[in-house]
Amino acid sequence: MLNQIDLAFKKAKEENRPALLTYTVAGDSSKSQSLVILNTISKYADILELGIPHNTPVADGSQIQTSAYRAIKNGIKIEDIFWIVKKYKKNKNSKPIILMGYYNMIFQYGEKKFLEKCKRVGVNGLIIVDLPWPENKSFTKKCIKKSIYLIQLLSPTTSKERLNKIIKDSHPMNYFISMLSTTGGKLKVSPKKIMSNYFKIKKINPKKNVVIGFGITEKSIKSLKKADGLVVGSAICKEISVSIQKRQNPVTNVANLVKKLKNKIL
Amino acid sequence: MILRKGIQVIDQGDELGFWGGKFGGNFVPETLKKPIEDLEILFNKLKKDKKFIAERDKYFKNWIGVPTRFIKLKNLTKHVGGAQIWSKVVSDANGGAHKIYNATVHCLLAKRSGKKIICGDTGAGYAGKMLSMAAKKFGLKCKIFMGAKDIERQQPNVRAMKKNGAEVIPVYSGSQTLVDAVSECMRFWVANCDTTAMCVGSTVGPAVFVRICGWSTSQISRELKVQLIEEFGSIPKKLKLYNCVGGGSSSFGFWNEFMDYDKKQCEFIGVEAGGPTKSKRHAAPLTHGSKIGILHGAAQYVNQNSDGQIEETESISAGLDYPGISPLHCFLKDTKRARYTAASDEEALKAYKLVTKYEKLRPSLEPSHAFSVAIREAKKMSKNTIVVVNSCGDAYKDKKILINRLGRKYA
Repeated sequence: MLNQIDLAFKKAKEENRPALLTYTVAGDSSKSQSLVILNTISKYADILELGIPHNTPVADGSQIQTSAYRAIKNGIKIEDIFWIVKKYKKNKNSKPIILMGYYNMIFQYGEKKFLEKCKRVGVNGLIIVDLPWPENKSFTKKCIKKSIYLIQLLSPTTSKERLNKIIKDSHPMNYFISMLSTTGGKLKVSPKKIMSNYFKIKKINPKKNVVIGFGITEKSIKSLKKADGLVVGSAICKEISVSIQKRQNPVTNVANLVKKLKNKIL
Repeated sequence: MILRKGIQVIDQGDELGFWGGKFGGNFVPETLKKPIEDLEILFNKLKKDKKFIAERDKYFKNWIGVPTRFIKLKNLTKHVGGAQIWSKVVSDANGGAHKIYNATVHCLLAKRSGKKIICGDTGAGYAGKMLSMAAKKFGLKCKIFMGAKDIERQQPNVRAMKKNGAEVIPVYSGSQTLVDAVSECMRFWVANCDTTAMCVGSTVGPAVFVRICGWSTSQISRELKVQLIEEFGSIPKKLKLYNCVGGGSSSFGFWNEFMDYDKKQCEFIGVEAGGPTKSKRHAAPLTHGSKIGILHGAAQYVNQNSDGQIEETESISAGLDYPGISPLHCFLKDTKRARYTAASDEEALKAYKLVTKYEKLRPSLEPSHAFSVAIREAKKMSKNTIVVVNSCGDAYKDKKILINRLGRKYA
């Protein structure tokens, strides 16, 4: 059986466009609002990444940090995140869900218990920012036994040899970090250069879907549309922060932004 | 879990960088894998390179001014009654604290790797001050990340950093202390690892940083060993080495050369920051039995809640105000080679008052924690027991806190 993630890529390919992946922090700005945001943006996005907020995020820029601190401050717990996913998956138009977070949260919950819970509520994939290959080898195997993809991160600093090894051990979806940056950095590399790096990775195993993330905004998304998928995270988190500041409805504003992003890649 | 003899503790990790199979490692974003691997290759090569060691020793001697003094605290010994209390005055080192060893080595490594910029974190400001000094000495541009709360309470060191030409970047996230400074510094390195070297200020972080720092501060125990033999003719039969433990760099360096001695002969006592007596918060994960978790790239005992969120710490001493602890100390605790306990803010202040009353020594608030426990325990020990406290920092930086808490007379 195909993982829902594969189906999402298949559908996007049939429409001759990249898949649109969004990233929001679970519980930002509240448990219920976070769920409403997922339900609303499902209309435009193909795959939804949901961040597990952590208070020492070493790879996140200020936008995602702000969202994460806000969610934690509002009392979000790991069980609430599972609740959000479970509720969301009851929506008949639900999209694949990828939980993205830092390893300590999973380590404290217990790898086995965490994966069982993921499976039960309907998580389709995981990204663990600070559990790189080869440290994640055994966890990768545990994931696939539950039909959950562990998405490997690939960076411009990853050597050719290492790329080959990681991709060989990887599940059908990987994530290319566009540039040397934390999340939400200003795009400091030309889209042309990013795409040329991207195709080098793609060539290693063309069957595996590779998405690009980090620094993608409304401005730059169009220039990267030849990728299998594109992730927008910080721009969405920023939209939530700005909406709260301006006392506007984050749900409507985020939905409008995601709709605009989608239109750029059609 | 076994601590092996005849092999340096920094080299006892497995191939993934874990000590005792579970402490340390490299829990880092993919982007940092390559720069960390490059640094590992460079360090493993250079630590065996006689020329490099000679270069290190040259700077240690001529610039840092090693060896630092080893002195008997005669008046304090007389007052306390019991064991002989000695001090290794590491604050004699250029800059006023042990952080200079690690900073110097990191700058030497950065030069060898062709990097032009070095970034670092700091809590008490010593790691930052020393890195700014070393960077200036070796012609590197320097960026220091420091929690906004620490900038406020450790002004003398901030001024020193700026004077040395470093850019001090305040960190406003989280608790605005060391833990956030380390995170922000790692983030900066993620985004700039192609041009910039990173210096982690203590024996924490991804495995290679733990090793480099431990290798650098071990200078302290190399000197002490020689000084003990000069003074007593041999290593004393009953030797107790007291050191404060925040990240754990000074204590590890203070103990390293004595690792293979039986603990009945050379006992190691690590003193963590217990925080204010009235507060539940502390910076003493080993003393309070915190659970193992991952912080700043390494598995370690760390203060955290049941979800795995890192908990805020509280201590009068910015240098010890860290929720985690070096994987090396986790390893020494679980192999029972070292014993760990804590001193409260109040106890550290009391010890500071006592030491400065009887001796011409002004330990900063960090080693004052170690003095507190050493004085308490020395009372009950025999006269032939040699207690040595590492006075690893000078109280100059704590002036503001000391005036606030003890009055002008003590600052």
